[in-house]
Amino acid sequence: MINPTEYLPRSYHRRMSTYWWLARWSYLTFILREASSVFVGWTVLLTLVQIWAVTHGPSANAAFHEWMRHPLMLGVNVIAFLFVLFHAVTWFSLTPKAMVIRVKGQRVPDWAISGPNYAAWVLVSLGVAWIVLRG
Amino acid sequence: MSNRSNEPLLWLLFSAGGSVSAMLMPVHLFLFALAFPLGWLDPPSNETLLALIRPPVVRVYLFVFCFLSLFHGAHRFRFTLYDGLQIKHLNALINVLCYGGAAVGTVTAAYLLWRIP
Repeated sequence: MINPTEYLPRSYHRRMSTYWWLARWSYLTFILREASSVFVGWTVLLTLVQIWAVTHGPSANAAFHEWMRHPLMLGVNVIAFLFVLFHAVTWFSLTPKAMVIRVKGQRVPDWAISGPNYAAWVLVSLGVAWIVLRG
Repeated sequence: MSNRSNEPLLWLLFSAGGSVSAMLMPVHLFLFALAFPLGWLDPPSNETLLALIRPPVVRVYLFVFCFLSLFHGAHRFRFTLYDGLQIKHLNALINVLCYGGAAVGTVTAAYLLWRIP
């Protein structure tokens, strides 16, 4: 089938620099937020390797623990932690933009939506830590 | 042939995965990638961890954690390449690698969680 738009003149797009996101602070924070996706993937990968290690017995788990203590891994993981934290903070502060709630015709203020999200984040984090550390 | 787009589903997964990873990843990473390796906190023994991940509800939790986070990451990474680095001519390949990678990760997670003794 002929694509009906194939022979139409294309709209003009000025070529942007590949490094356009270095031009402004807000562009840079945008691209850093997007880059957090790499570390989200990395965290899942670590989780999968750890599940594998735990199910393969104490020696595999010890080897995993030793691997995690390697300076290179610690370096990567410090960066990963900062990115994941950045993702979380930006995600919750964006929630009011994605979720507009009106009460009696008035828009609910941003803090009334992001606030409970931050509170839930703290509670959930403490809950997970308690379950893991309880032993 | 259906002309329906997959985009709404992908955005839904992006959004759900964004919330799940924002809520859970910082504490997971803090404990297992920083606090335990650096000795700030005593890591649980292998036996304890195995007992922790064995119940079906925890396996489901870990599966959802991996599945949604992977599709969130894949979707966002796809647009990082698209908007950030403006790699638009390789769109089809990038989509296959991003969502394919997420799918492989999801299946691996299901397999590993299924195999827990």
